[in-house]
Amino acid sequence: MGLWTNLSAGLRSLFGKRRAEQELNEELRDFLEKSAVERMRGGMTREEAHRAARMEMGGVEAVKENVRSVSWETHIETLWGDLRFGARLLRFNPVFAGTAILSLALGIGANTAIFQLLDAVRLRTLPVKNPQELARISIEQRKGLSGDFNGRFSDFTNAIWEEIRTQQQGFSSLFAWSSATFNISPAGEVHSVQGLWVSGEFFETLGVAPVLGRLLAPTDDHAGCGSGVVISYSFWQREYGGDRSALGRNISINRHPFPIIGVTPPDFFGVEVGRYFDLALPICAEPVVDGAEYAMLPRRSAWWLASMGRLKPGWTVERAGAQLRAVSPGIFEATLPAAYNPSSAKRFVKNKLGAFPAGSGVSDLREEYESPLWLLLGLAAVVLVIASANLANLLLARASAREKEMGMRMAVGASRGRLIRQLLAESLLLAIAGAALGAFLAHSLSQVLVASMNKQQDPLFVNLGTDWRVLGFTTGLAVLTCIFFGLAPAIQATSVSPGIVLKEGGRGTTDGRARFGLRRVLVVSQIALSLTLLVGALLFGRSLGNLARLDAGFQRDGILVTDMDYASLNLTNEQRVAFGSELLKRVKAIPGTDGAAIVEYAPLSGNASFHDVLMGASSAPADEDKSSAFNIVSPGFFATLATPILAGRDFDEHDVAGAPLVAIVNETFARKMAKSENPVGMTFRVRRMGSMLGPFEIVGLVKDTKYVDLREKPEDIVYTPIAQADHPDADTQILIRSKMPLAGLISAVKATVSGTNGNLDVSFYVMKERIEDGLLRDRLMARLSGFFGILAVLLAVIGLYGVVSYMVARRRNEIGIRMSLGADRRSIIALVLRESLLLLAIGLTLGIALAFAASSAAASLLFGLKAHDAATLIMATLILAVIALAASYIPALRAARLDPLEALRHE
Amino acid sequence: MTDASATLVQGTLDMLILKTLALEPLHGWGISQRIQQLSHGVFEVNPGSLFPAFRRLERAGLLECEWRTSENNRRAKYYSLTKAGRQKLKSETKEWERQVAAIARILQTAS
Repeated sequence: MGLWTNLSAGLRSLFGKRRAEQELNEELRDFLEKSAVERMRGGMTREEAHRAARMEMGGVEAVKENVRSVSWETHIETLWGDLRFGARLLRFNPVFAGTAILSLALGIGANTAIFQLLDAVRLRTLPVKNPQELARISIEQRKGLSGDFNGRFSDFTNAIWEEIRTQQQGFSSLFAWSSATFNISPAGEVHSVQGLWVSGEFFETLGVAPVLGRLLAPTDDHAGCGSGVVISYSFWQREYGGDRSALGRNISINRHPFPIIGVTPPDFFGVEVGRYFDLALPICAEPVVDGAEYAMLPRRSAWWLASMGRLKPGWTVERAGAQLRAVSPGIFEATLPAAYNPSSAKRFVKNKLGAFPAGSGVSDLREEYESPLWLLLGLAAVVLVIASANLANLLLARASAREKEMGMRMAVGASRGRLIRQLLAESLLLAIAGAALGAFLAHSLSQVLVASMNKQQDPLFVNLGTDWRVLGFTTGLAVLTCIFFGLAPAIQATSVSPGIVLKEGGRGTTDGRARFGLRRVLVVSQIALSLTLLVGALLFGRSLGNLARLDAGFQRDGILVTDMDYASLNLTNEQRVAFGSELLKRVKAIPGTDGAAIVEYAPLSGNASFHDVLMGASSAPADEDKSSAFNIVSPGFFATLATPILAGRDFDEHDVAGAPLVAIVNETFARKMAKSENPVGMTFRVRRMGSMLGPFEIVGLVKDTKYVDLREKPEDIVYTPIAQADHPDADTQILIRSKMPLAGLISAVKATVSGTNGNLDVSFYVMKERIEDGLLRDRLMARLSGFFGILAVLLAVIGLYGVVSYMVARRRNEIGIRMSLGADRRSIIALVLRESLLLLAIGLTLGIALAFAASSAAASLLFGLKAHDAATLIMATLILAVIALAASYIPALRAARLDPLEALRHE
Repeated sequence: MTDASATLVQGTLDMLILKTLALEPLHGWGISQRIQQLSHGVFEVNPGSLFPAFRRLERAGLLECEWRTSENNRRAKYYSLTKAGRQKLKSETKEWERQVAAIARILQTAS
C-alpha cells in the first residue's frame, strides 16, 4: 500500500515538477505567515515577527531541500541534472569526448561482437518447441567400427537406428537425421545445395509447423516412399522468390525429380548450429537419390545417421542414457555387419549407447570455434581494460585541472559524496554513449566475423540476433567500464582541501603525488597487459606461419581438382577403368597442362579409407587398433603432385587387372609396418571387411604426404593402381597441374569432359584454396589477435607517453634548476628516461609473468610451437621495450630543450 | 527547548504527528502548535524536521492531504490520517507503552 502511494506520488511530482514546487513553497510560506501572526499576537512588531519565524525555520531553501531528499524522484532528477551538466561539459571538450567515446565504442563493440557470436554458437537454444527436453543419442567411445562414414555426425547405421527406435524407453518421440549435399542441376555442372536426410518423426518431434504446404510426417518415411521434398524458407525465397506456386513443382535431386510438399518457417535451420539446410528428404528416399551402388540405407556398414529425441515427462537424460546402455549389447549384436571378422565383431558388440543433452543442438562449428572465441573475448576484454585505463588517466589529468572548481563547490556546501556522484554521472554519460555506439558497431563487426569464418564448400549460417544476453552483456560492460575509469578519478578529484586549492597561485595539493602514483600504477598495468596480448599475437602469427610453410609432401600451388561422377553412365567395372583412362588421356592432351592423374581420394579432401595390413605371412595385423590409410591412383600421380619417389618405381602400363598386384608405400609405412628403410620387394595382404586381399608386392617408396588434415601426425599410406582396383568408384577425381589461368583451364576441361560424354556431373576446386580453407581458423586467430595486440600496444604506449609528459611538466622547476646548475642535455634526457625505464621494467616483468600464465589457454590452438615459447616472449618484450622507449624519448627531448629561465619561472 | 528536540528520535516524531491528527485534520502550523500544546511546552518541534516528516509519512501512505482555506483566508495543506495511519498509530502506541513500562521498571529497580 505504501509502495504504491510512494510510486504514484513520486511520478506525479516528477511530471508535474513546477506544480509540486509551488505547492511546497506555498505550504512553507503559509507556515511562516501563521508563525509570524502568532508572534505578533505575542507583542512583536511585524518585521521582528517575520524575522523570528524565518530564523526558527532555519532557511526555507534548506527545509525544501530536506523535504525533497525524502522523495525518491529527487534522486532521479539530480541524476538527470548531473547527466545534462556532464553533457554540457563534454560539448565544450569535443576532442576529449570524441576520443573517449570512440575508444569505448571500439572496445565495447569488439567485445559485444565476439560475445554475440559466442551466444549464437554456444549459449542459445534451438528455435524449436521446449528445446531443454531434447537429448541426443550417440555411442560413448566408439571402438572397432569400420565401414563408410558419411556426413558430419555419422553416429549410426540405419540398422542400428531402427533397433534404437524399437528398444528405447526414455523418449516420447525420436528421430534420425543426416547432413548431405544434393545436386539440383539436372545435367552438366553440379549445383550443390545443403541437404538434410530426416526420418519421419523429425519435424513432429521438434514441434516445427510449416509456413506453406505440409512437412514430412511418419507416414512419409517407409520403404518404397515417394512423397516429396521439404524446402527451407531461405531456399524458397532464394530460388522461387517466395512464390506460393512453388508448391508442387519438381526439383531434380541428383537427377531424380521430387515434388515440393512444404516450406519450413524462417527461423528454423535444422539441429546443427552454424549450418543451415535447403532441402529435407525422408531417409527412405536415400537409395533412390544416392543410387543403388552408394545407397547407405540397406548397408550395415554405412554410418551416416545421428539421432535425437524428446524425453518423456519425468525422464532425465541420465536415466534415458542408462536404459540405452542396458540394451546396447542386444542392439549391436543384432546389427553386426556380416563381413566383420571375429575379433572386430567382438569389439563391435562391446560399444555402448549414451544420451546427452541437446537443447542447444549439435555443432561442429562450436567444437572448432568455441575455445578460440572465448580466447578472443578475453583478448578483447583486455583491450577494453587498457583503453579504459587510458581514459582513467585522462580523467585524472583533468581532475587536477578542476581542483579549484571542486574546492569552491565544497566550500559553498556541496558534500563530497554529491560531487563524486556528479563526476560519475559524467563518466556514465561517456560510457552510455560509447556502449550505444559500440552496440551499433558490433552489429556489423559480428557479421564481418562470421563472413571471415565462411568456407567456400562449407557454408555457414549463424543467426546473429540481439537477445537479452547480448543486451545484458553490453549494459554490464558499460557499467563496469564506467566504474573502472570513472570512480578513482572522481574520488581523487574530490579529495581536495578547499582551503589549499582556493589559494591563489597554489601549485596544487600535496595529494598530487598520490594522484600521480595512481597514474603510474595504471600505466604499469597497461604495459603488462599489452605485453601479454603481444605475446599472444606473436604466438598465433608464428603458428599460422608454421602451418603455411608446412611441407605437405606435395606441391600445393597450381593444382586443380576435378570431381567427376559417372554413376549415371551405368558402366561395368572394366568399362569404368577404361573410361577413366580415356578421360585422363584427353585431359593430359589439353595444351597448358603439365600433368594429370586420377586419384580416388584427393589429398586433404576430407575423404579417407583405412584397412588393416598384414605384413608378409603374418595372420594378424601388427596393431589391431590402427589401420593403414589407402588410396588408389593412376600412373603419373606422384609426378603430377611433385612427390618424390625415393626408391623403386611408379605404377606403369604393366600394372593392369590380371597382372600381379602391386602397391607403393610411403616412408612412415616403411618405418612402422615394414620396419625397413627400403621395403621394395616385400609383400603384404589386406584385410577389408572380413575378406583377405593380396598378396601385394611393394614396388615403390614415396615421401610422406599429408592425407586428411595438414595438422595430422604422419600416416602410413598405401597406394594401389587404378587399373587393378576391384571396385572402381564411379566418383573419382582428376588432379591437373597447370600454370594456365583458372577460368581458361576449367572451360577447357569442361569441354573435354562433355566431348567424351555430356552426361557427367563435374565440379571443380583449387587445391591451394581448399588448403587455405582448412587454415581458416588459424588465420582468423592470427589476424584478430594481431589486431588486438597492435591496438593494445598502441594504447599502452600512448598511456606511457602521457604519464612521462606529465612527469616532465611537473618537474619543470626542478629541471630548470638542474640546467642552471650546469646539467647538460644528455643528463636531463637520462633523468626522464630513467623514470620511464623504471615503469617499463616493472610493467614488462609483470607482463612476462602474466603472459606465461595466460598463454596456456592458447596451447591447444597452436601448431609447431609450445605455449611457453621463450623466443616469442623475448621477441615481444624487445618489441614493446623499443617502442615504449621511443615514445618516452620525445618528452625527454622536450625536457632537454627547455629554456632554463622559463622553467625556473614556472611554479 | 533545543535539548528536548535533539533527543526526539525520528520514530517518536512520526508517532506524535500521527497522534495529533487522530482527532481532526490539521495544517502544518496547526500540528506544530498542537504538539506544543499537548506536551505542555516540553516539545517544540522545529519546522525543519516537521516538513520532511510530513512528506515521509505521506509517501508511506499513513497520511493524506487536502488543500483547504484556513483561518487566515489563505490556502493551506491539511493532513489527515488514513486507515493505515490509524492502525500504525495504534500499534506504535502499544509498542511505546511497552517500552516505557520496561524502562520504568529498570529505573525503579536499579539503584
